[in-house]
Amino acid sequence: MDMNSVLTVVLVLIGAPIIGCLASGIDRRITARLQGRVGPPILQPYYDVRKLLSKDNMIVNESQNFYVVVYLIFIILSLLMLVFKADILMIVFVYTVASIALIVGGMSTGSPFARVGSSREIMAILSYEPVLLLYALAIYLLTGTFKLSAVLDASTPVLMYTPLIFIAMLVVLNIKLKKSPFDYSTSHHAHQELVKGMLTEYSGPGFAIIEIAHFYEYVFLTGLIFLFWAANPLIGALIAIVAYLLVIVIDNITARVYWQWMLKLSWTFLLAISIVNIAFLYFSGVKIV
Amino acid sequence: MSLAKSPWIIHVNCNSCNGCDIELVACLTPLYDAERFGLLNIGTPKQADIMVVTGSVNYKNVNVLKNIYNQIPDPKVVLAVGACASTGGIFHDCYNVVGGADQIIPVDAYVPGCTPRPEAIIDGVVAALSILENKKKGNIRGKEVKLTGKEVPSNA
Repeated sequence: MDMNSVLTVVLVLIGAPIIGCLASGIDRRITARLQGRVGPPILQPYYDVRKLLSKDNMIVNESQNFYVVVYLIFIILSLLMLVFKADILMIVFVYTVASIALIVGGMSTGSPFARVGSSREIMAILSYEPVLLLYALAIYLLTGTFKLSAVLDASTPVLMYTPLIFIAMLVVLNIKLKKSPFDYSTSHHAHQELVKGMLTEYSGPGFAIIEIAHFYEYVFLTGLIFLFWAANPLIGALIAIVAYLLVIVIDNITARVYWQWMLKLSWTFLLAISIVNIAFLYFSGVKIV
Repeated sequence: MSLAKSPWIIHVNCNSCNGCDIELVACLTPLYDAERFGLLNIGTPKQADIMVVTGSVNYKNVNVLKNIYNQIPDPKVVLAVGACASTGGIFHDCYNVVGGADQIIPVDAYVPGCTPRPEAIIDGVVAALSILENKKKGNIRGKEVKLTGKEVPSNA
């Protein structure tokens, strides 16, 4: 590892949570404005994390903390792999480990609310994972390799040949950010029936680490959208920001649905348009490099 | 100052008539918008800082109240909202009523009124915040309130 990559790692470790924190703050501000409220300050997520760090960590069992740390590490790892233009297929797998860690953590607490939330999150993984894998496959068909460096070196953006997968990925972004209508595994708004879903039993610093991991996750997920137009980083970033804002608007204009509804949407519509897109790439044999 | 900027409340309804509950929820509506101070109504006691109790405590829910209080991590404060949670209110001499919340758990601030206006509740939360900060500074921890199993009135 040379000096440059060490610098990049440090920059990602420090920069990503700052961007994620601001994104989360802007999310809450926009949500408030859409509801006709003033809303909290942009830095509110930072205040929340700082407060949570100063509170007691009340745990049900020791392993609970371990799963939280695993979640954070694997989120950071997948983000770093994305920044270092690694294998997209491997990134998807590493990212799945992070999601699984949170589910196992929720299950380990034994709280019925955490169990309901965790089993719902498993359903969420079941519905977005195929789309994510087909996205990786599309990149392979277009560049001839799973390595992301090929995507970034290409002069033609991926989006030119994968508009249908892009639509599917927007829904995946919505599911992974746990925004309405897919916010049923853990939600700020579902007190009555869900308490806090799979995060019910986390408190203080443990919950703060989950929040920080969420900040990294925000950057990682918008990074996946950025890849659609990596040929021109400016347009790529713009598309990522617009996709994020779209998810916030969808969050505010829709109600929570049953998990069955999401599974049906994903395994019929999203999977169908993704496969049509893959079939087009396969039979036309287009390459962007 | 770290605690005062994001007070997360948990709302415990001990036998309230719903008047105070509706006023408490009104604090979060666009008119009063308590979230602009970072105040969130959180579902689980494990992530809460301020416990808001409404309604008089009775023998059916006294252990529920203790249980929720014990589950809030330190530092924590308890805010009794309304006449019933403060003193027992008009139900104070009912056969099934223990009294105000302070008969069971240590209450740090009271919001009087039947029902208190949302402004008064926000005022109470602000008063509770300075107590919360002092508790953090002095490292004052809430004592665990013992559960006694089946609570019954002394004259039963």
